[in-house]
Parts: sequence; structure tokens; C-alpha cells
Amino acid sequence: MENNNPAISVRDLTKKFGNFTAVDHISFDVGKGEIFGFLGANGAGKTTAMRMLCGLSFPTSGQGQVAGYDIVSQSEDIKRHIGYMSQKFSLYGELTVIENLRLFSSIYGMNRQSFRHASSRLLEELEMTDMQNALVKDIPVGWKQKLAFLSATIHSPEIVFLDEPTGGVDPVTRRKFWELIYKASSDGMTVFVTTHYLDEAEYCNRVSIMVDGHINALDAPAALKQRYNVSSMDEVFRIVAKDSTRSD
Amino acid sequence: MSILQSLIKKEALHVFRDRRTMVITLLMPVLLLLLFGFAISTEVNNVNVVAVVDRHTDETREIIERFSVNPYITFKGVTDNSNADNLLRTGTTDAVVVLKTSNGRLSTQIIVDASNTTVAQASTAYIRGIISGSDMMSPVLTQTLYNPQLKSAYNFVPGIMGMIFILICAIMTSVSIVSEKENGTMDLLLVSPVRPGTVILVKLIPYFILSCTILAVMLIISYTVLELPLSSSIINVILLSIIYIILSLSIGLLVSTVVDTQLTALIVSAVVFMLPVIMLSGMIFPIDNMPVVLQWLSCIIPARWYTAAMRKLMIQQLEINYVLQEISILLSMTGLLLLFALKKFNTRK
Repeated sequence: MENNNPAISVRDLTKKFGNFTAVDHISFDVGKGEIFGFLGANGAGKTTAMRMLCGLSFPTSGQGQVAGYDIVSQSEDIKRHIGYMSQKFSLYGELTVIENLRLFSSIYGMNRQSFRHASSRLLEELEMTDMQNALVKDIPVGWKQKLAFLSATIHSPEIVFLDEPTGGVDPVTRRKFWELIYKASSDGMTVFVTTHYLDEAEYCNRVSIMVDGHINALDAPAALKQRYNVSSMDEVFRIVAKDSTRSD
Repeated sequence: MSILQSLIKKEALHVFRDRRTMVITLLMPVLLLLLFGFAISTEVNNVNVVAVVDRHTDETREIIERFSVNPYITFKGVTDNSNADNLLRTGTTDAVVVLKTSNGRLSTQIIVDASNTTVAQASTAYIRGIISGSDMMSPVLTQTLYNPQLKSAYNFVPGIMGMIFILICAIMTSVSIVSEKENGTMDLLLVSPVRPGTVILVKLIPYFILSCTILAVMLIISYTVLELPLSSSIINVILLSIIYIILSLSIGLLVSTVVDTQLTALIVSAVVFMLPVIMLSGMIFPIDNMPVVLQWLSCIIPARWYTAAMRKLMIQQLEINYVLQEISILLSMTGLLLLFALKKFNTRK
């Protein structure tokens, strides 16, 4: 893949459920190695859009490319190049930390040697080496979240999709989690992250703000604050989303 | 292959580490089988009988003698007419036999407490048999085929097996697949390069193996503890059961594609599949006695065909060509269910 090609490229992507248009003609590009924040209130269509990019859901209309592959016809190719962390730190509770990691590494076709190498390095980085034989259901939620991130990235994907990775976690753990994201990004991984914590938006290279299925704003956080002449992303979001009819 | 292996290993670890479920899964079939085989019996034993005799003759003495030695009957003695009613009311006796001799001819009357119809019918039959053995009437010879001792275990074993496999395969498979949906791990598998077909397969294989283990345990108990006749048809019994296990797994798969929470999966499997199995499979209530509508309804219950075929194979010891109809019905049901389930298991919506 050429270096100047975007990691993700989406044009007029639309998803309808019956009469309800969850995602309405959204278009955007995400550059390689970028941390792209996908903001929006609950029900704005973030998860639906992300599921289409990951090949979990078919678009009603529009095009998209992820890692250079078409999201409709080449989703099997996409799957080999992405990592995905879903909303609920999903892992297998009855398996140990290391067993979970081994499972996901083998699903992505890593051999034993590269798994051993990657897992010992990553567990050490996260200071989780002592925990590797604990059952996942027994470890605290902050660790589960880190582990879920580890499982999603153990095969060094080009792009990792994080769906509200910090939901229900305390601010300190959230901050630590973002350090992981920075680390991955500095290693060249593209990070596509949905969140509704607006302080986290500040950590992203660029953010898009989704309101009722549309992308109403898309730029670097600093540029957005300047455009709306406010001092925080929270205020930007309130201005952009003030006409929302869907959120509560 | 290595993906398949590690996914199956994951599934097996999940099943085995969940001790509670594991114990229930393995213990329940054994308990049910023993419970139905021994404790819950439709045989009637220990029928209490008193006799009212107006004049003792050789004939009446002989009848009373036979009552007192009969193993099914507890003879409570001779009483007089006025007390008989009281004994029935207090439940001291289940039946009163009145023996009346006039002009040298013996006439008999049986008065029976029919508040429990099963006991009433059985005791009437016993008493008739004992009395008719005495006089000039030629006795009717009855030969009970296939189950000479009329053991109720013979009747229940096929039904229990029909129930257990639905319980284990349908409920456990659907709950386990739906729990992956609930936990979000299903999404992780579906965004991974693993093929959807593989995802289904690795879900079914561990429960298939578990079911085969349970089949073995249940057959061993049936043939040893419950003393079912061990016949040459054992291979056919296993073959038929494996078809039924696959069918039950397909039901579980189908349920899991329709519902979204473990609780719903449990309720759907229990209400939609378990109750009909108990009520309509012929396990407890004979199908021929049902209203016509229910008889039709029972035709779509897989357990009905399985139970019927198992009775023929295990109890009547028939050859496999006598159960071809049941087998072909079960096979087509399996095919249809699998087809539906795989179609509904659309991974991208």
C-alpha cells in the first residue's frame, strides 16, 4: 500500500434500519498512524458506522475502504488487518489472561514463537506478568480493559477499532489507557476510537462529531475550539450537537 | 486447523471450568434416570384389601387364602358389612371384596376406592384375576411381550433420554452461543478472520462430545442398574441417539440465532422445547389417548419419533428396518433445522 493512501476512506456511507436512518451519508478519511476520535452522543450512530467499517454490518449505500480494501466486497481481507475492541471489554471470563491472549493470537494466525515473544513483552509493559494465570473474570475492570486492548492489538494490526474503550472506568485508569493508545499510535498503528467522554477528544489528532447520523464537524480539536471560539471540546460539542433530536 | 483447535480448546475450557454447570450436566441425566427408573413407578403394589364374607365355605376360604399370598396385595382380613364402608372412608383399605353364597353359588362384588384411578384400575384388575382363578370360568391367559414384568423403567428410559438430550443440547448450546453475543465476544470472533461456519462448528463440537458421554453413561445405567435387555441392537440405539443429538444441537443453534439474552434462550428452550417433550412425546401420556389436535401437534415434536424408535429398538429389540420411518423423519427434521439455523446465523446485518 502506498504511504499516502489513507488508512480509512469513507464516502456517503449510509445505514438504514427500516425507516430509521442510523448513519446518513457520512464521508471522511483517516490518515495512517492517526488517532481519530469518533464522537457523538449515545444513539448518534457511532457504533453502527464502526460496525460497517469492521465488516460486521452491510452499508445500505455508499462506499468505504479500510486498509485499502473495500468494506462490502473485501471484508475478509479487512479482517486480517484490523483489531477490534468492543464496548464491554469482551474476553472469555473462564480463561486466564494468557489463555485469552493465546486464543486471539492463534485466531490471527500468529505462530507460537511470535506469540510468546509478543505476549511477554506486552505483559511486561502493562505490568501484568504476575496476573497472567489469573482467570479473567476475577481481575479488576481496569485490567480487563487493558487486556482487551492487548488482545485487539497483539497481532500488530494496521488499524485498531476501539468502541467506547473507556466506558465505566475511572479517570486515572482512563488516562493510563490513553497512554497505551499513544504508544500504539507511535508504533504506526492507526487508532479509530469512539467515545462520549469529551475530555478524551483532546487526546485525538482529529475528531469527528456525529449528530443524528450526520458528521457535523470534523477537524483537529484545537481548530474546532478556535472555529467556535470556545475553550473546551465540551463546549464545541454542545454547540455542534444542540439541534440533536435523538439523544437524551 | 490450529484456529479450529484453539477455539475448541477454549470452548472445552469454558465448559469444564464452569463446575456448577458441569456437575448439573453430568449428574442430572443419572438422577433423572434413576428417579424415573426406580422411584417414580406406575406399577401398583401393596393394594390393601378386606373381605366381607357372609358364609364361610371351602370356596371362600380358598379365595381368601389366595389373597393373602398374592405379592401385590396386602390382605387386611375379614370384616363385616357394616364396617366395610368405614374402612374405605378412612383409607384403611383400597378395596372391599364381598363374597356372598346363596343356594350354593358364590357371587362376588368388588367395591373400590376410585379417588386414585390408577390404583383403582390396577387393584380391580388384580382382584378380578385372583377371584376368577377360583371358579369354573376358564382363566384368560395373558402374555406380556417385551416387558414381561411390566417394569415402568422400560417405559421411561427412552422418554428420559429424549428429554435429556433436548435439555443438554438445546439449552446449553443456545445459552452458550447467546452468552457470547451478550458478552460481545461473538463480535470479536466475527471481526476476526475466523469463518462464521467455523465459529458455529466449534460451538457445537464440545456439546456433541459431552452429549455422547452422557449417552454412554445413560446406556450403561440402563443396561446395568435398570436391567434393560441388552440386545444386538445397541449399535442401532447409539446411531439413532447420535442423529437425535445432532438434531437437538441444531435446535439450540436455531434458538441462539433468534434470541439475544441468555435468559430468553433458557426460557425459549425450556418452554418451547422441554414442555412439549414431556407432554407430547408419549413419554408419560400415551399419544393414542390424546385429542386428535394434540396427536397432530405431537408429530412435529422430534422427541416423539425418537422415543417411539427407541422403544422399538431398546425394548422390543426390533431390527433397524422397523424404525426407518422414524429415522427418516428425524433426519429430515435435522436437515431443515440446520438449514434454518445456518441461514439465520447471518453474520452481517
